[in-house]
Amino acid sequence: MVEMVNRPYAAAFEAHALANPDVLCLSADLTSSCEIDGFRDRHPDRFLSMGMAEQNMMSFAGGLGLAGFRPFIHTFGVFMYRRPYDQLMASVAYPRRKVRLMGFLPGITTPGGMTHQAIEDIAVMRSIPNMTILETGDATEVESICAAADSIDGPVWCRILRGSVPRLFDTPIRVGEMRVLSEGSDILIVTAGITTEEALRARSALAGAGVSIRHLHLHTIKPFDTQALLDHIGSVRHGVITLENHVTEGGIGSLVAETMADAGVGKRLLRLGLKDTYAHGGSRAYLARYYGLDALALVRGVEQLLGQDFGLTETDLDAVRVDAVHSLVKAEAL
Amino acid sequence: MIPNVQSTEAVALGIRRRVFEHSIRSNGGYLSQACSAAEQLAWLYNEELRLGSPTLPAIPKPFAGVPSAANPDYHTGAGYNGPAAPEFDRLFIAPAHYALVAYAALIETGRMAPEGLEMFNQDGSSVEMIGAEHSPGMEVHNGTLGIGLSTGAGLAWGRRHRGEPGRTWVFMSDGEVQEGQTWEAVQAAAHHGIDSLYAVMDVNDQQCDGAMASVMEVGDIRQKFLTFGAACVEIDGHDLTALRDAVREPHSGKPLIILARTSPFRGMPILQERFPRLHYVRFKSEEERARMNLSIAADLGIAPVSYSH
Repeated sequence: MVEMVNRPYAAAFEAHALANPDVLCLSADLTSSCEIDGFRDRHPDRFLSMGMAEQNMMSFAGGLGLAGFRPFIHTFGVFMYRRPYDQLMASVAYPRRKVRLMGFLPGITTPGGMTHQAIEDIAVMRSIPNMTILETGDATEVESICAAADSIDGPVWCRILRGSVPRLFDTPIRVGEMRVLSEGSDILIVTAGITTEEALRARSALAGAGVSIRHLHLHTIKPFDTQALLDHIGSVRHGVITLENHVTEGGIGSLVAETMADAGVGKRLLRLGLKDTYAHGGSRAYLARYYGLDALALVRGVEQLLGQDFGLTETDLDAVRVDAVHSLVKAEAL
Repeated sequence: MIPNVQSTEAVALGIRRRVFEHSIRSNGGYLSQACSAAEQLAWLYNEELRLGSPTLPAIPKPFAGVPSAANPDYHTGAGYNGPAAPEFDRLFIAPAHYALVAYAALIETGRMAPEGLEMFNQDGSSVEMIGAEHSPGMEVHNGTLGIGLSTGAGLAWGRRHRGEPGRTWVFMSDGEVQEGQTWEAVQAAAHHGIDSLYAVMDVNDQQCDGAMASVMEVGDIRQKFLTFGAACVEIDGHDLTALRDAVREPHSGKPLIILARTSPFRGMPILQERFPRLHYVRFKSEEERARMNLSIAADLGIAPVSYSH
């Protein structure tokens, strides 16, 4: 049974901030929702309430960066780039301010619907010069992302998981690397964030069907080690499948596609994720099934790529965790 | 520190003259901004700002690339305002379209060589038309209007947090009050009590499309600033004594915003012919160019500019 960790960001951020005096904590009225309410209460001199005013917050953070501070901005990811995109560009990304953009509730991890779901943020951030992109897929990565992000000489976009988070890994994020979770020889599966857990759920069923899976988990999306990816692609016979909590345009599916095209790799690529669509409000498990972001969608993708039907169904997959939307371990507010 | 060898009145006149000469030669320019803002920038650079001596060469270096990990020698143009030492003030030119006027102010106060203005808007030059981070006297990009005050507020908060005595100044334009971010910035500066933040706003009632009242009425902006929690004084922006008095306004726990009411034809009355489109005056004919050359030169007390057609 996978270990579940309650609110791993809260303690991790506090420990990191206390060890680094130039780290500041900014929030746009989503303080408990981003698990920094305890920090606010215990360290008010390091906490800046910026209100529901993200445009000002972004440029203000740029000014703090100019003064030599390393502000960690906390809000839902979606509110940190859609409205204040101009400010993100001019005040943070262009001048390479050491602003750490901690985007909570990536993709379909929020039941808040379109306005709350960051589904194209990686596409946006990949196209911004000077930006680094990190994504957390488990509690260990959430616990290590503050130090990882804060090691970067420039702005960093982070997709953060909150609430009750599974522990899948026992080593921290090492920026620029990727995790090799299995080293099979038929199909390469590339996942990031919550889709890694989905791929792990499908692992034993696919093994039972005789498919040898090579599985990469990405916590660093930009910069990216293209040669390492190409080496893994070269190690599988049939092709590559990406599964992402994001639209399939501009995210890790595109990243893999570009890498393959640039290198002239003539293998199949199947990109799974949100297919040119918005999502709507609902539980994560429901949305993952409805939009084809879950383990079963991955199994169907493997079948499609191999042109075979394994007869696998949901009952063949490892149990899915079901979190009550309003359980105590979840941050209370959307 | 650079001693002020000229009176502030003379600096203001010099700013208008340099912008005028440049605009005649270039067949157009940001003339009205020089008319409205000359006293404000002259007062800031010649009297009020506490700045160290420039750290960058008097003749600006060419464009040397944008910030990137691959460009480790990158630096902004802030060195023309002196070093970023704790005791010194910082200045942002929030409407980067005033760059020509700001460059002229740097020249008149001995911070940049006159040759710098000849590089204005030339390909490969750092003396850009819309002031960039790397342009002389600039420290942040402000070509997108409305972000300057927020950045100033953040810098001022950070400097206060470090115990630095220096002030953070933002030169603003009145059109920026149409941007919601300006109000977000004021409320944040007030909420956090950032009283080391100062703004001088050139209230010339002009924006790109013309007179502000015809583009978007903004109402009583002084009352708005007060309501949002700033200290705010409204003065005649061509009156240096009024500027000197305005900065003495008590503003403990609040940013101070000085609304400098100005005329976009001050010192160049013939520009009234072009009202209400004064944002960038491009001469409509050689006849107009010649006529304005004669008229403005006479008003500024200099000989008409000789230029190639």
